[in-house]
Amino acid sequence: MRIGETMRKADWQVIASRVAGILFLLAAELLAASLCSASTPADNPVPSIFDPHSTPAESIRHLSVFVLGITGLIFLVVFILLAYAVVKFRSRKAGAEREPAQVYGSTQIELAWTVIPILIVAVLFLATARVIHGIQDAPKPVGTIEVTAIGHQFWWEFRYPALGIVTANELHIPVSDPAHPSPTFLKLLSADTDHSFWIPQLAGKTDLIPNRVNQMWMDPQRVGIYLGQCAQYCGTQHAKMLLRVYVDSPEDFNAWVSEQRQPANQDDKELSGKHIFETTSCVNCHAVGGTNGTGRFGPDLTHLMSRRTIAAGAAENTPENLRLWIQNPDAIKTGSLMPAMKLSDAELDALVRYLETLQ
Amino acid sequence: MSSDALAIQTTEATGQPWVQTLHEWVTTVDHKRLGVLYILYSLFFLVIGGMEAIVIRIQLMRPHNDFVSPQVFNRMFTMHGTTMIFFVAMPILFGFGNYLVPLMIGARDMAFPRLNAFSFWLTAFGGFLLYFSLLGGNGLYGAGTAPDVGWWAYAPLTSRAFSPGHSSDYWTIALLASGFGSIGTAINLIVTIISMRCPGMKLSRMPLLAWLNLVMSGMVLLAITPLSAAQLMLLVDRYLGGHFFDTQAGGSATLWMHFFWIFGHPEVYVLIIPCFAFVSEIIPVFSRKPIFGYPVMVGATVCIAFVSMSVWAHHMFTIGMSSYANSFFTITTMAVGVPTGIKIFNWLGTMWGGKILFKTPMLFCIGFLFQFLIAGLTGIMLASSPFDWQLSGSYFVVAHFHYVIVGGILFALFGAFYYWYPKITGRMLNETLGKFHFWLFLIGFHLTFDLMHIPGLLGMPRRIYTYEPGRGWDTLNFLVSIGAFIQGIAIVVFVANLIFSYFKGAKAGNDPWDAWTLEWSVSSPPPAYNFSTIPTVASRRPLWDLKHPEDPDNRYE
Amino acid sequence: MACLIFAESAIFTIFVVAYLFYIGKSLSGPTPREVLETPIFYTICLLSSSLTIHFAGKFLERGSRGAFLLLWLLTIALGALFLYGTGKEWHRLIYERGLTISTNLFGTTYYSLVGLHAFHVTAGLIMLTIVLLFGLAGRVGPEQSARVDVLSLYWHFVDAVWVVVFTVVYVLGR
Repeated sequence: MRIGETMRKADWQVIASRVAGILFLLAAELLAASLCSASTPADNPVPSIFDPHSTPAESIRHLSVFVLGITGLIFLVVFILLAYAVVKFRSRKAGAEREPAQVYGSTQIELAWTVIPILIVAVLFLATARVIHGIQDAPKPVGTIEVTAIGHQFWWEFRYPALGIVTANELHIPVSDPAHPSPTFLKLLSADTDHSFWIPQLAGKTDLIPNRVNQMWMDPQRVGIYLGQCAQYCGTQHAKMLLRVYVDSPEDFNAWVSEQRQPANQDDKELSGKHIFETTSCVNCHAVGGTNGTGRFGPDLTHLMSRRTIAAGAAENTPENLRLWIQNPDAIKTGSLMPAMKLSDAELDALVRYLETLQ
Repeated sequence: MSSDALAIQTTEATGQPWVQTLHEWVTTVDHKRLGVLYILYSLFFLVIGGMEAIVIRIQLMRPHNDFVSPQVFNRMFTMHGTTMIFFVAMPILFGFGNYLVPLMIGARDMAFPRLNAFSFWLTAFGGFLLYFSLLGGNGLYGAGTAPDVGWWAYAPLTSRAFSPGHSSDYWTIALLASGFGSIGTAINLIVTIISMRCPGMKLSRMPLLAWLNLVMSGMVLLAITPLSAAQLMLLVDRYLGGHFFDTQAGGSATLWMHFFWIFGHPEVYVLIIPCFAFVSEIIPVFSRKPIFGYPVMVGATVCIAFVSMSVWAHHMFTIGMSSYANSFFTITTMAVGVPTGIKIFNWLGTMWGGKILFKTPMLFCIGFLFQFLIAGLTGIMLASSPFDWQLSGSYFVVAHFHYVIVGGILFALFGAFYYWYPKITGRMLNETLGKFHFWLFLIGFHLTFDLMHIPGLLGMPRRIYTYEPGRGWDTLNFLVSIGAFIQGIAIVVFVANLIFSYFKGAKAGNDPWDAWTLEWSVSSPPPAYNFSTIPTVASRRPLWDLKHPEDPDNRYE
Repeated sequence: MACLIFAESAIFTIFVVAYLFYIGKSLSGPTPREVLETPIFYTICLLSSSLTIHFAGKFLERGSRGAFLLLWLLTIALGALFLYGTGKEWHRLIYERGLTISTNLFGTTYYSLVGLHAFHVTAGLIMLTIVLLFGLAGRVGPEQSARVDVLSLYWHFVDAVWVVVFTVVYVLGR
């Protein structure tokens, strides 16, 4: 008898834990949902895939809710069957000699649970294929902005071939009005290893693979800053290869474009810093328009001060951080390919002052 | 665990010096001893891989943590993945297969006992070679390093330019060695099952465990070899200056991805199919009913094996394949769900109308069913390729495949341990400790891996050694780490139970579970020759026929 | 052995796929069209050795050891001749044409695919020679016929692979 009782207790433990597990999952989902809705329009701290602001991300969300619904339903049905079987058919009297009826199978039942899943799979596939086609085979409208994104260990290079702009890590694109769409099409390349471009609220991810050209697009419909980061392991500092997209109003975007097309500041106020830049190994990797620096291994610095972060988003773009970054990059981003420059304090100050003029 | 291994060996040595016992174990060609060696070896690496996971989770407990450097973190996840797949899951399943298959089909040993020993030692060599990289990875310049290229080692990260030193070579050669070991064992299992069954055991009367091991071995032959070939190419690249994966000379990074996943996806089924086998043996015994729909179970497994060969590119939905390729791999991947669903329903059908006994092995199997169901459903989400463009490479994927590997494979394995430990050692595992282990592990598992899905939905990529605060990932990651500690404690309970019960456990007798397959007809542990007379069987449940002569099984088959 | 052949086929398949994938993708010369010559004579050697080993096995089964040994020796000779042909071609490619494994993608895929096959021929030759030595010592009789058949199966496999490699490298690849 005692054994029988403990058995029953064990069942209830099973059930209790299952229920608790599900409640826990639900609570966590709610928490996630509340985090999404807490974000303000201007700033999107939580890059949730369920808070999309662009057509590709939006249609993926639709699909995902549909798939979640169907799989959730399947889960409920099977779980109820399992729970019922566990409760109903538990051995009530341990040690009872009689074995239960020996059933070996049933063709009808097995046929049923073969055919029904096939139908479900067919439905899911058709829904999926529609979205694949809608996103991958989308035409380019007239107002398209074309950007070439090149992945580097561990930063992003952005080139706007039609506008003659080169920048890094912070992508500026115009907001797209559904009536007059101005989507952005990205051509994705890699200079070294595999990377992946992922802004969850704007589009699904697409990899940047060396010796291969990929493409993706987005048409953000709300102004703001959207966060993301490299989503394909690319080496030591994969974690700090951050990415931000500024979705600007058409006016702001045009202002940004004309500012970026200006040549670099040439007023020679900080001549000594400029001299240090031009005579050390800085120029091997970095470019500043109008100087002898034309390197392409590192970010273009012509308009460095127009960016809010340095080191691919690893630090705020402040004079102190710039100084630290030049002096000892490992302090900000261990294993980045930027070397420590080994300059004297006076040289550092001059160099940072020069960089600050690069508006 | 090595002390445990030693303990087993020394207690065996009643009356003979331990050196001789050790010598006997090292030179053994007995399938049972090799099986035990496989299992102990895997448990040793399970503990190591688990400690690596704990390091990873400590680092990720809070944003901008600096418990380890990025370099160490990258080595940790590479070693954790490689170890758990190649040096824990594979050998432990081969260990059980080795031990059980000859016993279940009424054979005295495997078909090629020497090949069997050779395969084990090759695999073992692979594992220790990988860990030797900690000392020798950088070659001669002092401190060593382990590989840090991720367990799938995407090109061109493995090329000389991005991976100087020898760490990637250790990874390649270790896997090549253990891969050849796996091929050897797979050949052995196939030949054993095909040609060494006892009289009366037609293919249609074979226990499901033998059937599924047959399918698994066939898949090993098809799945491991592409990996071996790709690694040979990688070695050509690294040592002979070849250009297979050298993107600067026109080589292709995606070719490696294809080759790797042609191995990688079937590999998942190579791991899960033997676990289906454990569940298919344990659930009937503790439900007191035969397996529901035996022919369909076999058919579904063969079907999974075939379809799983054509789904590999669902790991690569983000590499920019054409919309037609994406659609194709979506449908094939979803199609795997059908035979898998059939299996789940058949296990449910087995429990339905039975008298379910909640012993520890059965608890783990019910846990398996529940978690495998969820893992299958998240798999359907990932199969839907646009959804995958958001989920791929995120923590959602990490949660999904841990649900398969821990929630599915490891739970089934724990069930197998509790079920067959009495046969292997002659003593029962302690039931109280077992229940404690189950509940603790269940709670830890769900705390970790249920919650781990959510950061992925909130945009957290995998393989990052740290993350920015304020993105909604902080609390979740903290809780996930807590869950990992609870699982760690549960594993300690399990190992303690293994050791404690070996010395103090209740005597098992031949057939503690009142089961029906041949291994329970011999003593525990079985004699070296297994069967003094080769048995003859007339049905799928030979011991049922013996116990119930008034209602034998063969009437219904 | 059937399983081993199954597994080996998978390895070769992967190499063949890589070769096909990279046809015409080399960034620099020499190209296959410029340098490859079709080794028809050596191919005939290898293929006919399949016949000789088959009949050697038949003779062994019937118990005529002399004929077995003679044909076995012939098989080894034909195999060795083939290997010599491969070596000669490699020598010509490396020293006259300057094509090495690191020259371009064609070099990488060509040498690894043909090399993998040559490696299997070599392994086969070693096993054949061991049997020959046993045979000369008078230890191979009809009772070993089944084992000899297994080896002969392997040799047929090596030949069949050459047919595939030949088609891919010398017919499709040019």
